[in-house]
Amino acid sequence: MSNVLKIKKGVEQGVNELLKFLLESEKVKGIFTLRKMNENGAVSYSLITHPKELKNAVPLFPLMPVNAGKILSGFTLKKAINEPIAAVLRSCELRAFIELIKRTQGSLENFLLISSTCGGVYPLKSLTDGTFKEQVSQYWESAKNAEIASDIRPTCAACEYFIPQQADMTIAIVGKNDLQQECSIFLNTKKGEEFTIGAPGNIVSEEIDTKETTKLREKRQDQKKKLFDEFEKNGFGIKALVKTFAACLSCHGCSKACPICYCTLCDFDSKTHEYLPSSHEIELEQKGGIRIPPGTIFFHIGRMIHMAVSCVNCGMCSDVCPVNIPVSTIFSKVGDSLQKLFDYLPGKDIEEPVPSGTYKEEEFTEIGE
Amino acid sequence: MKQDFKPNIVGFLCNWCSYAGADLAGSSKLEIKPYLSVIRVMCSSRVNSNLVLNAFLWGADGVLIAGCHPGDCHYEKGNYYVRRRFALLKKILETLDLEPDRLQLSWISASEGKRYAEVVNKFAEDITRLGPSAFHTNPNI
Repeated sequence: MSNVLKIKKGVEQGVNELLKFLLESEKVKGIFTLRKMNENGAVSYSLITHPKELKNAVPLFPLMPVNAGKILSGFTLKKAINEPIAAVLRSCELRAFIELIKRTQGSLENFLLISSTCGGVYPLKSLTDGTFKEQVSQYWESAKNAEIASDIRPTCAACEYFIPQQADMTIAIVGKNDLQQECSIFLNTKKGEEFTIGAPGNIVSEEIDTKETTKLREKRQDQKKKLFDEFEKNGFGIKALVKTFAACLSCHGCSKACPICYCTLCDFDSKTHEYLPSSHEIELEQKGGIRIPPGTIFFHIGRMIHMAVSCVNCGMCSDVCPVNIPVSTIFSKVGDSLQKLFDYLPGKDIEEPVPSGTYKEEEFTEIGE
Repeated sequence: MKQDFKPNIVGFLCNWCSYAGADLAGSSKLEIKPYLSVIRVMCSSRVNSNLVLNAFLWGADGVLIAGCHPGDCHYEKGNYYVRRRFALLKKILETLDLEPDRLQLSWISASEGKRYAEVVNKFAEDITRLGPSAFHTNPNI
């Protein structure tokens, strides 16, 4: 059981009220949250320091223009922030941030982390093709009933880690029947409780895991199985891989949008993997023909080696792919098998080292013999 | 598969054990199949996964990484790291069904000349059976 702050308002207004309280009472110096940019539904992450700017804040808006973990890492890469900031982000964004911190790409210090039980987000293209308004109308209804909202990112529909683990506060959305009347904010840590002293609303005691969240988790697990099965239908092997990545433009957008790919200069954009005339020559001699741009499959497998073990399944890669390759499904599939191999869940525990950077003496003893 | 197929195998050998093991195998006049192109590395953990992939894409039918037995690493723990890295790469190849058998990691110490010959001959046989790798023959890659 944990303490829950109940605000007698709809969930969106309730959260805004809490954010306003945090800023006005100067408990935090800034709020990092999604903000409406125009009337078409475009949103962007923003850092807000004046309460009047909060009127356009939409912390729970079901879109992910960029994985927030990446932005927070950028804020704290050189040194930790020195004044408290409240950050509202989704479970997978928080996990990505933690994975980045483990790779010394940021710091949690002075952050008040506010997350929510996540109903998923819509693909960014739904904004441009105009389907978003229609879709979003049924989003809250689905969240209330612990259903998978239709048309959300395929990876969101298959995500079972929608309850954040490391957040100081968790806004309950999934399976909350009274979303329009009441806003429940779980205070998971002492920090969360301290920051809400004097906040509007009253404190009760509740459990975050409910029948509804279990129901949604089961549905999402089923969906994940379905997603993988469908993918496996195409078969694996080099031929299938070539087919899947056939349309790849080599734009490397997936790696730029990926929160885990943090390298300033990607190995695959560097001189190490530059294709010289002599490289073309060698390949031509062997194959009698080469694909241009070259090295696309190599790039994707190479990226898997580098980051799939920390893949948080946020789905940004598929979302930004200009030729609709199901990048995130493939990375989820590979990530899943790697995470099982190392018994590792990305973003679960900040103390747990990244598998590729550590070892145990007594493991894989069958290898090499 | 053509009978006269001669596999192209890249062997990354650790300077401190497997390379010396290969030397011993040679000076002991053991018969070793001539398909292995040896690349001497200072430690098996020098071999990152991209080097392995590069080898496959640029003409290798098989890649052998050989290093000191666990606990005997010249740099104390290098081979523990490569073991993890190998397990990771192998798992990716397995998941995507990319012929994981073409990749092998073996512990061969400086005194195991005989083991070196056995490992190389066995691996060469396996790769000959598998035939040319699609990684460097498929023009769509």
